[in-house]
Amino acid sequence: MSHEAALHNHEGHESHGHDDHGHHEHHDTFLTKYVFSQDHKMIAKQFLITGMVWAVLGGLMSVLFRLQLGYPDSSFPWLESLLGKWAKGGQITPAAYYALVTTHGTVLVFFVLTAGLSGTFANFLIPLQIGARDMASPFMNMLSYWFFFTASMIMLSSLFVETGPFSGGWTAYPPLSALHDASPGSKTGMDLWLISMALFVVSSLLGGLNYIATILNMRTKGMTMTRLPLTIWALFFTAVLGVLSFPVLLSGLILLIFDRNFGTSFYLSDIFVNGVGALSNEGGSAILYQHLFWFLGHPEVYIILLPALGMVSEIISVNSRKPIFGYMAMLGSLFSIAILAFLVWAHHMFVTGLNPFLGSVFVLLTLLIAIPSGIKVFNWLTTLWRGNIRFTPGMLFAIGFVSLFISGGLTGIWLGNAALDIYLHDSYFVVAHFHIVMGVASMFGMFAGVYHWYPKMYGRYLNNSLGYLHFWITFAGAYLIFWPMHYQGLAGMPRRYFDFSIWESFKQFADLNRFISTVAMIVFATQILFLINFFYSIFKGRKVTVLNPWEANTLEWTTPIRPGHGNWPGEIPEVHRWPYDYSKDGHDFIPQNTPVGEDESSTH
Amino acid sequence: MSTALNTKNKIHPYKMYLYIGLGSIVMMFAGLTSAYIVKKSQANWLDFELPKVFFIATVVILLSSFTIQMAVKKAKEGLQTPYRSFLTITAFLGVVFMNLQYQGFMALQANNIALTGPRSNSAASFLFVITLLHLLHVLGGVIAIFGVRFKSLSAKNNTENTLPVDLLSTYWHFVDILWIYLFVFLQWIG
Repeated sequence: MSHEAALHNHEGHESHGHDDHGHHEHHDTFLTKYVFSQDHKMIAKQFLITGMVWAVLGGLMSVLFRLQLGYPDSSFPWLESLLGKWAKGGQITPAAYYALVTTHGTVLVFFVLTAGLSGTFANFLIPLQIGARDMASPFMNMLSYWFFFTASMIMLSSLFVETGPFSGGWTAYPPLSALHDASPGSKTGMDLWLISMALFVVSSLLGGLNYIATILNMRTKGMTMTRLPLTIWALFFTAVLGVLSFPVLLSGLILLIFDRNFGTSFYLSDIFVNGVGALSNEGGSAILYQHLFWFLGHPEVYIILLPALGMVSEIISVNSRKPIFGYMAMLGSLFSIAILAFLVWAHHMFVTGLNPFLGSVFVLLTLLIAIPSGIKVFNWLTTLWRGNIRFTPGMLFAIGFVSLFISGGLTGIWLGNAALDIYLHDSYFVVAHFHIVMGVASMFGMFAGVYHWYPKMYGRYLNNSLGYLHFWITFAGAYLIFWPMHYQGLAGMPRRYFDFSIWESFKQFADLNRFISTVAMIVFATQILFLINFFYSIFKGRKVTVLNPWEANTLEWTTPIRPGHGNWPGEIPEVHRWPYDYSKDGHDFIPQNTPVGEDESSTH
Repeated sequence: MSTALNTKNKIHPYKMYLYIGLGSIVMMFAGLTSAYIVKKSQANWLDFELPKVFFIATVVILLSSFTIQMAVKKAKEGLQTPYRSFLTITAFLGVVFMNLQYQGFMALQANNIALTGPRSNSAASFLFVITLLHLLHVLGGVIAIFGVRFKSLSAKNNTENTLPVDLLSTYWHFVDILWIYLFVFLQWIG
């Protein structure tokens, strides 16, 4: 298939507005094309835009509670107009503060960085990069999005109930989550949280099943497993982690629902609630919930991180014009991270009275993760080494990711040691660690992916200048916000506190807190800049005029500029080589669908 | 580098879905039974005997595995009427199984072992939640059997395509094995 033919077909798509070249013919209405779409590319965009809405809401929540932390003595009348009784007199109430922190965590972890990140890129990239017309089951794929959407709406509605959203932390530990009378947020807010999360689990399972089945079953001719781009491998392991760990969370939540609504005592024992009296529950164990929760909770961290690892590998290789260094080592380290993900959950529980001998096993297993992580960092750096680097915004975010992954990963080695963790647990050191390595790093992976694949998504480019501005402010901001938190944590400042100004020990941090809050607001405002860039460019961005703007090897760049449903107008291209033949035999790049030449050197 | 894929050797995507889905169901029950073990080792655990009717239920679900296998056999031989009869028998046995489980719950309650509510011990609650979740999976199977059975009546689906019944029997055997595991676990191990 020549490029001209593809371009011609592309124009055909434009003028007819429906797919009349693909393997099936039907007229798309607005409803089937943009709303109940079964096209993986549209579903990916739905995930992305829903995730972006959540990112704005979740980010705004963090701005609101950072306002309280930075300016505990001030009052802001506009807050009362915004939040009503939750900000009486212009200052956020403690109940509202906890609700904001909880919802920020839930939303960012599950709705933005799970659904928004792997939902978007698994849907978008898997069929395009393996050479498939769509997912194995486009219908289930659509269901996956709509379960997520329903979960989103229910979570959103919990913000507006009279007693407020759930406020006991994103981990929803009992008894706060199990007793209606434990706090205002434990009433209707928690019911909605549970329903929303149950639907979210269903969405993740439907999506994950599809991703795995598609990768294993739908690869084009010649696309062996070891010719898959690393993005696909990362998304594959992500899906496996999700399919195996979300059901365990569901088990934990089902037991929680029974404790909450049917008077059982799985997690509850010997409780006295102020204003209610002693409860009849006996013999339950709150720690049991923590085991079930963190058995998902820790793999969840990698569900968030792995897609970013994969996309960064791909973007760094493309923009260094060099093959990825150590493809099999990259693959092996992804695999070992996926295995270790299931074996380290108790490192979240060192201070629960866990047997110290058991703890030492979990310390060892946790520290082992440093090995595959180190391999990945080494390989990224060696891929960059003496490369012909193109500093596109996507590449900058990918390199920024590597930086954040190192910074946040190193503090993970501290926290993985039980002896240190007993001191650092629940301090700002932990907040700094996971925000850098999981939160911001994965966001950077997501940004890298959006900047890199935007031309494929919308047939237009994002504005580069705005992209650079977005990168540098976000990158500097991420360090300015979270680096000082390490010092606060080492000084013993606990997380989740509403107001530090009443303690003599923490008064010294008043200015630092104000500084962090100020930077947080600037960084949040910069993300609005990105949103403007994103939505403006969909309609007015510079048009993509070549099929392969980054001169990359993977199959998605062999599709028309704006591929229809079915991706390739003609035959699906056959794959003859791995995806990283850059700067080989004097060729800048050799796409995967190019047959191996007779005099070509044999390495890969 | 391995050779190009032979597309003929790939398993059907729906089978793949089923296998992965079964994997996640296994994880769900693995989570619950692990929690059971942890909880059992702690104080305040009530020891009691499983209701006798659970033994009968076990026999019934084993029998249903046999009948669904017969249904698969008849379907592959193209014998539509016995195929549909065996499906009906299997679904009926599934309903009997669910009813027997319910009888078991009632028997426990009659013995003053509360499954839920303020007087309940988490030993009984665990038994209830685990068997109830399994029961829901059986219910899903029964509904699927009826779906496949009535679809097979229409001329359009009355072909040699045995994929639906293959998937169905795999799921049904799985639910059966899952029950055997749970039964052995609750009776002797847990």
